[in-house]
Amino acid sequence: MSQSIIEQIEKSQLRTDIPKLNVGDTVDVHYRIIEGNKERIQVFNGVIIKVENAGLNTKVTVRRIVANEGVERIFPIHSPKIAKIEIKRHGDARRSKLYFLRDRVGKSRRLRDRRRGLQHATVVIGSQKAAKAEAEAQAAAAAEASE
Amino acid sequence: MPKALIGKKIGMTRLFAEKDRHVGAGDKVNMLVNEPVTVLEVGPCFVSQIKTEDKDGYNALQLAFGDIKGRNSTMQVIGHDGKAGITPKRIHREVRVDESELGEAELGQEIKVDVFEEIPYVDVIATSKGKGMAGPMKRWGFKGQLATHGVERKHRSPGSVGGRSSNLGTGKPKKGGKKAGQMGNKQVTVRSMEVIAVDKEKNLLLVKGSVPGANQGVVYVREAIRLFKRKVAK
Repeated sequence: MSQSIIEQIEKSQLRTDIPKLNVGDTVDVHYRIIEGNKERIQVFNGVIIKVENAGLNTKVTVRRIVANEGVERIFPIHSPKIAKIEIKRHGDARRSKLYFLRDRVGKSRRLRDRRRGLQHATVVIGSQKAAKAEAEAQAAAAAEASE
Repeated sequence: MPKALIGKKIGMTRLFAEKDRHVGAGDKVNMLVNEPVTVLEVGPCFVSQIKTEDKDGYNALQLAFGDIKGRNSTMQVIGHDGKAGITPKRIHREVRVDESELGEAELGQEIKVDVFEEIPYVDVIATSKGKGMAGPMKRWGFKGQLATHGVERKHRSPGSVGGRSSNLGTGKPKKGGKKAGQMGNKQVTVRSMEVIAVDKEKNLLLVKGSVPGANQGVVYVREAIRLFKRKVAK
């Protein structure tokens, strides 16, 4: 009850233009930076290793490698300072926090592209079923012919 | 109209806002801030009794808040609120007012959150969360004793309470010293809280910062009686 009141208050500031972000996604975060009177946009490219869901205060941790040094930045995704967030790749993540990436070096840092998931599975299972049915039909036809 | 209401604490969140902030030496810069906000549901309150100088010795209005079922209430409360022409209420609290304000008030009058619309700062009074019987380290921030070097069984004890001379020569400890005891579950006043927003439809009051007590706890909100210097400047 009371949580719903708070959600209603937060709703006015929630941003709808931010895509659904998942752990393992490679993203470009366009962040507004104000220097004196000027405003410019800085792009931070990296892998999301953590999503902290908290309504208006939802945050993502983005990790990238700068000059051989791991850099992690936490972005409140509903902040007006975020110009936009672009998803570059959907990585395959089997856990909710990708802290193991901190210990990885070189190529092992990369994540597989997301191929699993329901949609992919239905395609695979569907094609298997179709092949099986076809084989059975052929066998039946062959049996009929031999009779 | 008294600028005071009874309500309950809903919870906290953080909201984005643009504010002028001091950056470095004196320059004010308009920048984005993420402010801590407490959401309070205040009112509607009803005037359940008018106390006058002649009759009661002082001028005050008694406010009532929060519906209660008749079977959960007492005949005394039902009768008292019935006299003002309102259904029984859970919480009653008095607000001192000037004699001049007394004339405007009438029994059963509804007071809503819009009395806070023009007010920049409010005081919030509530009962803090009870911590039970607490030692001096938790209650007063004492350092306690060493963990090692021969200290045995008194790592969290307060230590000395003074000698004969420091205790006024009485040989007894001074009264009012910081000791272990009940912590929390007592009335706390938070002065001069900034009002962020007022929602008349939902009876909500948003204040900046935290308010004592648990969510759903009863709070009493009034116009800030005395402002801190820095807030007066604003």
